[in-house]
Amino acid sequence: MTIERESMEFDVVIVGAGPAGLSTACRLAQLAQENDTELMICVVEKGSEVGAHILSGAVMEPRAMNELFPNWKELGAPLNTPVTEDQIFLLKDEHKGRQIPNALVPKTMHNEGNYIVSLGNVCRWLAEQAEQLGVEIFPGFAASEVLYHEDGSVKGIATGDMGISEAGEQKDSYMPGMELHAKYTIFSEGCRGHLGKELMQRFDLQSDADAQHYGIGIKELWDIPAEKSEPGLVLHGAGWPMSNDTTGGFFLYHTENNQAVVGLIIDLNYSNPHLSPFDEFQRLKHHPVLKQHLEGGKRVSYGARAITKGGFNALPKMTFPGGLVLGCNAGTLNFAKIKGTHTAMKSGMVAAESIFQALSSAEQQSGNQELTTFADNFKNSWLYDELYRSRNFGPAMHKFGAIMGGAFNFVDQNIFNGKLPLTLRDNSEDHAQLKLASEAPVIDYPKPDGVLSFDKLSSVFLSNTNHEEDQLCHLKLTDAQIPLGQNLTRFAEPAQRYCPAGVYEVVEDEEGAQRFQINSQNCLHCKTCDIKDPAQNITWVVPEGAGGPNYPNM
Amino acid sequence: MKVLVAVKRVIDYNVKVRVKSDCSDVDLANTKMALNPFCEIAVEEAIRLKEKGVATEVVVVSIGDKACQEQIRTALALGADRGIQVETDQAVDSLSVAKLLKAVVAEEQPQLVILGKQSIDSDNNQTGQMLAALTAMPQATFASELTVADGKATVTREVDGGLQTLELTLPAVVTTDLRLNEPRYASLPNIMKAKRKPLDVKTPDALGVALKNNVKTLKVEPPAERQGGIVVASVDELVEKLKNEAKVIG
Repeated sequence: MTIERESMEFDVVIVGAGPAGLSTACRLAQLAQENDTELMICVVEKGSEVGAHILSGAVMEPRAMNELFPNWKELGAPLNTPVTEDQIFLLKDEHKGRQIPNALVPKTMHNEGNYIVSLGNVCRWLAEQAEQLGVEIFPGFAASEVLYHEDGSVKGIATGDMGISEAGEQKDSYMPGMELHAKYTIFSEGCRGHLGKELMQRFDLQSDADAQHYGIGIKELWDIPAEKSEPGLVLHGAGWPMSNDTTGGFFLYHTENNQAVVGLIIDLNYSNPHLSPFDEFQRLKHHPVLKQHLEGGKRVSYGARAITKGGFNALPKMTFPGGLVLGCNAGTLNFAKIKGTHTAMKSGMVAAESIFQALSSAEQQSGNQELTTFADNFKNSWLYDELYRSRNFGPAMHKFGAIMGGAFNFVDQNIFNGKLPLTLRDNSEDHAQLKLASEAPVIDYPKPDGVLSFDKLSSVFLSNTNHEEDQLCHLKLTDAQIPLGQNLTRFAEPAQRYCPAGVYEVVEDEEGAQRFQINSQNCLHCKTCDIKDPAQNITWVVPEGAGGPNYPNM
Repeated sequence: MKVLVAVKRVIDYNVKVRVKSDCSDVDLANTKMALNPFCEIAVEEAIRLKEKGVATEVVVVSIGDKACQEQIRTALALGADRGIQVETDQAVDSLSVAKLLKAVVAEEQPQLVILGKQSIDSDNNQTGQMLAALTAMPQATFASELTVADGKATVTREVDGGLQTLELTLPAVVTTDLRLNEPRYASLPNIMKAKRKPLDVKTPDALGVALKNNVKTLKVEPPAERQGGIVVASVDELVEKLKNEAKVIG
């Protein structure tokens, strides 16, 4: 079916109003202003507003912000809570935990000079700066399709149609999508963006990189009693409740306004199909180390998001004819620091500078070429240097486990500054790691108490997620038989557990017949299913724009 | 014919409302705000009147601090022609809103004023009625159908017993119910155009209205938490519990 769609022309179209996309927009607009030229820059964002789909810890290193807006303090950037104290714990069991002396902590995990922020609010602020610089930002519009020129280069994107019923028919409210054409198109969708995934395959961007690795982060925002609030206090830790073969770590930050954030990141290369990241997180909060901070408080919000954590070795080529893939969509997160905001921002700034250079040169001003200068500019930036130094951190944890891997990382980061002349590699795919359900121990998760721990549905309720009910399902099964076929028999259909929003259910009808049910309305857009399904049978595509969570200051 | 539509910035209907810890009010810190859904229906209806050639201009007015310009822009992106913001940082009750709107009506002289029947934050359902009384215009509330012709508005209202149809002489006030229409999505080009549409800012002083709060919020409480249910063994037990524990049957 060919659809008649209107189109609009821009110099640069950016998909996703996160730190990478907005930094690209801001830097480009700044360069245009400094050089007295005009650039038409547009950002499309699938969330109902900027920040609605942003979820991060977050402790933010201000390096990129200092460069992008040296006067960010005057401009009122919401970096309000400097880190005052780092505490790192190794939890032994449900009662015991040991604080690790600072001297033994890899120095990448020290946070002096960093800020506890709500990345959602930082993005809202960046969007304001971008708009003041003349950038057009369109929240509520999901980029659903990459458009290509006849020569195969990227021409832009199309936003999704609105008002298509579940059966695929046009409703009264039908509004066809729009084509947004650009000289360069930036894909900064965050981890495992669905257009980024298509581009990786089409342009074979990962051919020289190791397998990408992911984690799922689950986070809650709490109001805590004023007498407990210690703004600036940062806790990190690992160990219990995960077993030794599952890596991950928790965070708990005291932030402004008597609030605290708590979360758990679990690496998605875990092998036990019975594992439920959600339930691991819920029981974690009962550990005395965390409980003492949350007791007497009230949970305000809940959410989850996958992160790209393969680092330097897994970093794909980021350019292709007509565009770039940036930030967590490419995988610029520095896992040694567990930080991705400053690196995502910097990737956007380097991209902006390369694009501006190209658009200013006579032979490239029509765009749609491959930005070959980006690779050099990237290599000459501190971002490359930083990611290179951290390249062994993740693989060491995977190869040697949390303790020995941690020891390796201490030596590598503190003594050799990340310059040990060896590179550890981890080329196994996360989705291929599951053991058979019959060969893995079933995990007996305690019932939530409704005070510190909660069930999935009451949690999803607090994400404010919503999708227009009557629309096409945005979670596509390549083969509808796989969930109840091989996934259920071999892995007890792990989607029921890895999904932090209860989207996937195996339900039985009155006659005992099983059915695989997809509650796509609950979706938090975390992309874990797209990553972890052992058969790689689930493809996450964008639902109607403005659907999904409505996170507050997450 | 000029149509004036009043719109309000309210907490987004997707967001779970929280009460401040001191129970003084609803906590709006870091919450997503949006155009009140009933106001959106009012805007849509005005735009449809314009598309039918009945209305010639659609003016949108909102009252609040600078942030409410966002909702005015939303209405402009849907197709309204220009906006007016009455700027105030104060919380205004229904009567103050109606008085401010009366002043705007006096300046704009619209033939038709469309409002949402209520805002989903305070749920008062008063402003439209008060405005009609203050301006001595006829009113039709809870409209589920509206036609305008020959200086008259014919309004079908949703009332308890069914539907009631009224004929009003213009100028008139109409408030919208949920079934009046399904608002459109704003398109990208229209959102861009909306940024350049005129938006006047006026103050209550300039409109000659002294704001006075006639209503004071004493306390806001969250609903009682739901207690878990139980499974009863027999109908007799159920009846017994309904009689003696829940005391809902005699």
